[in-house]
Amino acid sequence: MAAPKVGTFTTGLVPLPAENVDTDQIVPARYLKVIDKAGLADALFHDWRFEADGSKKNPPFVIDEPRYAGHGILVAGDNFGTGSSREHAPWALSAFGIKAIFSTSFADIFKSNALKNGILPIVLPAPLHATLMQIAKEDLAATVTINLAAATMTTPDGVTHTFPIDAFSQKMLLDGLDELDYIRTQASKIEAHETAHPGTINTLQPNAPR
Amino acid sequence: MPQTIIEKIWSEHVVDQQEGAPAILAIDLHLVHEVTSPQAFTGLRARGLKVRRPDRTVATADHSIPTTPRNLPIADEMAAAQVKQLEANCAEFGVPLHGWESPNQGIVHVIGPELGLTQPGATIVCGDSHTATHGAFGALAFGIGTSEVEMVLATQCLLQRKPKTYLVRVDGTLRPGVSAKDIILALIARIGVGGGTGHVFEYAGSAIRALSMEERMTICNMSIEGGARAGLVAPDETTFAYLKGRPHAPQGADWDAAVARWRTLASDEGATYDKEIVIDANTLEPMVTYGTNPGMGLPISGTIPNPADESDPAAARALTRALEYMDLRAGDSIIGRPVNTVFIGSCTNGRISDLRLAANVLKGQTVAKGVRVMVVPGSADVKRQAEREGLDKIFRNAGADWREAGCSMCIAMNGDQLAPGEYAISTSNRNFEGRQGKGGRTFLASPLTAAATALTGVIADPRTLPGLSR
Repeated sequence: MAAPKVGTFTTGLVPLPAENVDTDQIVPARYLKVIDKAGLADALFHDWRFEADGSKKNPPFVIDEPRYAGHGILVAGDNFGTGSSREHAPWALSAFGIKAIFSTSFADIFKSNALKNGILPIVLPAPLHATLMQIAKEDLAATVTINLAAATMTTPDGVTHTFPIDAFSQKMLLDGLDELDYIRTQASKIEAHETAHPGTINTLQPNAPR
Repeated sequence: MPQTIIEKIWSEHVVDQQEGAPAILAIDLHLVHEVTSPQAFTGLRARGLKVRRPDRTVATADHSIPTTPRNLPIADEMAAAQVKQLEANCAEFGVPLHGWESPNQGIVHVIGPELGLTQPGATIVCGDSHTATHGAFGALAFGIGTSEVEMVLATQCLLQRKPKTYLVRVDGTLRPGVSAKDIILALIARIGVGGGTGHVFEYAGSAIRALSMEERMTICNMSIEGGARAGLVAPDETTFAYLKGRPHAPQGADWDAAVARWRTLASDEGATYDKEIVIDANTLEPMVTYGTNPGMGLPISGTIPNPADESDPAAARALTRALEYMDLRAGDSIIGRPVNTVFIGSCTNGRISDLRLAANVLKGQTVAKGVRVMVVPGSADVKRQAEREGLDKIFRNAGADWREAGCSMCIAMNGDQLAPGEYAISTSNRNFEGRQGKGGRTFLASPLTAAATALTGVIADPRTLPGLSR
């Protein structure tokens, strides 16, 4: 199956200087009643963006400010994506056009989900993060170029920094490879492991009547 | 080299480990529910794949279903479609389903243990972050995203990196009125919601050993609120006694062999951890959260903190914002804050022992005027047991609402929700903005504290209750 492919891109910044942004803010639970992945762009940060009657807040929430239109990097506070495992969060971010998130740390499940959907969760050292947050707020024309193959980002001052990404995720995203396809290449090892570890769990067959 | 239980379970489940790649980890039990699985089944269909191990997979409906009587249809069309989709997917792929009208239905993390499917030493996953609950049995259990649900359905495996280990030792004895919920809220208040990121907690120490299985589940359940994807307790006699004779637990000679194997799981003497913390159970008070993440909690006798006292500007900003959302004033005491709703339920505190504690407080009493008290059993089985014991009558006579099993107001996607601005004291696990309904405000607490609050309509210290027994 085709998986998202990421290479080099240049885009603007959107500041979201809040810590511990949880997945209930990214996509409120009542938008999880969908059975497909499409159409979640409006659910993104819904309750921070919309009034009860469905109209956009005035002044608008930062991602709706016209001056940030089309900017693809969210600069967020520490521990972004805390909370539930809902993959609807990266689906919604992706549908809205977010390609990368800068933070000083990410919640584990969110990070894993983001990478599977072609969104780069990039952990920055606190001083660089603070600088970029400031630039995001003040310099609307500023852009950052991300080069996944080199694992580098070029900031508006022209300086190129490396960022951490594990080699496996990097290769999967560069080549547009799918994790499930990768696991399936090891089918014989899976079978061998199952034979060696029969286990005692069987969901189909109770051992004793209730 | 001495190993922790986490390392023992991990190494037994590694199918393959290529240099530089994550491990392929075998999964023993995959729990499926209606909200995070439809897109995964769609993916399987698109790839022309089957469910590899239906015998290691089990589904139920819990998140979006109503908790009104089961003879009524699901009024919410999207929720109804989602439940129908789950039924169709399970039928097509041969996955056993405890559907929304089944006698075994319930919150996925309540029914796994009830049925004896949750077993020590197993790897357990579910598209739900509270999967850590199953760690109470000495299983490595964690939440996954929908892409991963698809991977596990197709291969019964997952790509994972070896987690770091974090020992949480809780020593001493809990005082009356203090319960498992207070231990975990105290831990999260201390380390913060990101404190356990990248780690798996092992809960140990004399206070943990003294807990029942249901209390251990309460603690492991909220590991994710401390940032850890999983948290576990090494199995012991309490674990085996709980499991013995349950429908899917091994029987006879198989049982003896399983117990012998499970006994070897405990962390070895001298095993080391990447991080450690010690908590003194003797000094713990009932805990209540005041803010908009589970780390913003305080002992019930405390006062709401002041952003001006925060040295870290980001923390001060977060606290200011939280107090604004909660409409609370720094320096005020948390006791005496009025609530509109009391919610007793969820995968954290919706099991029979939780309901017994709450019923014990409400017995022969009446809930405060104008306060809505919702009691939602964690499963159909919990509901039946509670009714056998007459707990439903105690709740109803006190003026509480006794409902059908489900996630209900913990996630508020089924219509059970707060109105904007309303306050709830809730035995659930998350107090995020809008978690229990858009604009709703949540105080997290134990069933005892919630029940005490139901009587007065304002946050009340359960230690002041007459005849309190733990």
